Amino acid sequence: MKTITEQKPLEEITQYLEKCKKVYLIGCGTCATLCHTGGKSEVLEVKANLEANGKQVVGWMVIPTACDELTKYALEEEAKTIAAADCILAMTCAIGVQMISLHLKEPKLVYPALNTLFLGMEESPGHFTEVCLQCGNCVLGRTAAICPLVRCSKSLLNGPCGGSAEGKCEVSPDIPCAWQLIYDRLAAMGRLDELEEIEPIKDWSVSVSGGPRKSDVEAECADTP
Amino acid sequence: MKAGTNLEKVLESGKFTVTAEAGPPKGTSVASVQKKGELLRHCCDAVNVTDNQTAIVRMSSLTGCLILKQQGIDPVMQMVVRDRNRLAIQSDLLGAVALGVGNVLCLSGDHQKFGNHPGAKGVFDIDSIQLIQTLKMMRDEKKFLSGEDINGEVPLFIGAAANPFADPSEFRVSRLAKKVKAGADFIQTQAVYDVDRFRQWTEAVVERDLDKQTHILAGVIPIKSAGMARYMRDSVPGVIIPDEIVTRMEQATEAKEEGVKIILEVIEQLKEIPGVHGIHIMAVSWEDIIPEVVRKAVLMPRPVL
Ligand code: SF4
Ligand code: SF4
Repeated sequence: MKTITEQKPLEEITQYLEKCKKVYLIGCGTCATLCHTGGKSEVLEVKANLEANGKQVVGWMVIPTACDELTKYALEEEAKTIAAADCILAMTCAIGVQMISLHLKEPKLVYPALNTLFLGMEESPGHFTEVCLQCGNCVLGRTAAICPLVRCSKSLLNGPCGGSAEGKCEVSPDIPCAWQLIYDRLAAMGRLDELEEIEPIKDWSVSVSGGPRKSDVEAECADTP
Repeated sequence: MKAGTNLEKVLESGKFTVTAEAGPPKGTSVASVQKKGELLRHCCDAVNVTDNQTAIVRMSSLTGCLILKQQGIDPVMQMVVRDRNRLAIQSDLLGAVALGVGNVLCLSGDHQKFGNHPGAKGVFDIDSIQLIQTLKMMRDEKKFLSGEDINGEVPLFIGAAANPFADPSEFRVSRLAKKVKAGADFIQTQAVYDVDRFRQWTEAVVERDLDKQTHILAGVIPIKSAGMARYMRDSVPGVIIPDEIVTRMEQATEAKEEGVKIILEVIEQLKEIPGVHGIHIMAVSWEDIIPEVVRKAVLMPRPVL
């Protein structure tokens, strides 16, 4: 699983940085590197671009995994250089942006350089698909392990709709109809009778609609130096 | 009788039923709805008012229904789950029933991508089958989805859509069965052009006795021009027009006349298909033609019950 990101349009980044002269750049060595959006070469590319546009890049680093708690220590090590910057431009996923913001000793503006798109499953090398939106109440057990919430354009729990044609979703010939996939897989297992059952209305309160979700688990490395 | 609407009465009487669709305006004109009502009142048993069809914002279906109702026409309120969550759905239904609207057609709705607000958040809190269940629960148990009681009666005649031509084709009868099980009293199908393929579907429907548990109205769309035929064939989700019909339209000297001829041929065959209880005419922005089609199909006058 990887967090899939894409770079924001340069105009948007430029707008963010309008009031900043000195910028500190942070990339991420994990998902963003894999997506070619926040690895070393992309960070250096953006650095050159900013400098060509009159900005001063006071420093940069690529944190191994921007979303984990070690980010705190990376920021501490670079604290002096970061202190000299007017803002941080984070070429990480949105979790990385928030992690950086959370662990800065001195409050400082952290701007996202990337759009965080989805959690992707690598179906084939380099080909990522969104397969779960973390709804909090998984129905995969009744849909042949294909998520109808993200893979069906209308999140139908009782599909397919009338727009399904030749295996494709009505929204685009590039999107496979999730319910055709579910149908085919159940058919292959001789379990089509299961599709005659009506899937009940979903409880969205355990999803984003219920407000911010939290979870407490025993920390593995609470005392990492 | 579940709601005692004209549509329900005509269907229950066993007469071949005619409904039509009226698109409300992209504006505030009451007169434009009334004009369509005037046109359709004598040739249909009920008139559907679409609900932000193809995800393009128009006057609400409920408002359109109310205007028709004031003209003495039996309206069918269409409701898509794309634009409303379960709270809005239930409150809109209470309002509709309070104002005397009894027929409701439950739909998923075309994806917002097709409309004039492609950046809209699709709601899809519940799906169309769950919407049917919701209406049935409100009517039969007088309860909200929460389980709380509704004050007063909720007489509803519940409709649903069916597309016999969509894929996976083997599942289309099962899907109808699910809608019937959920509580669909009547069905309006996607437009029929390929009558043989439609017949295969109805045969399977009859075999499962579904036609005895719900009323099936076959959809028809009169084609105005060769361009429209091509557009529907290539770009409208869910509609299948055989090339042969597109060719006929392309070769016709009088395209509109040919379009009427084609639709009359289709209707003639539909009348004879066991399990088909009527037709539903969707003359998208060509409502003027409906009286002529109904008259030429020898379906006038409409029964007064
Ligand atoms: S049903 Fe919910 S938890 Fe399961 S895959 Fe889909 S979004 Fe994820
Ligand atoms: S065509 Fe298939 S994937 Fe697309 S909205 Fe309909 S059921 Fe969902």
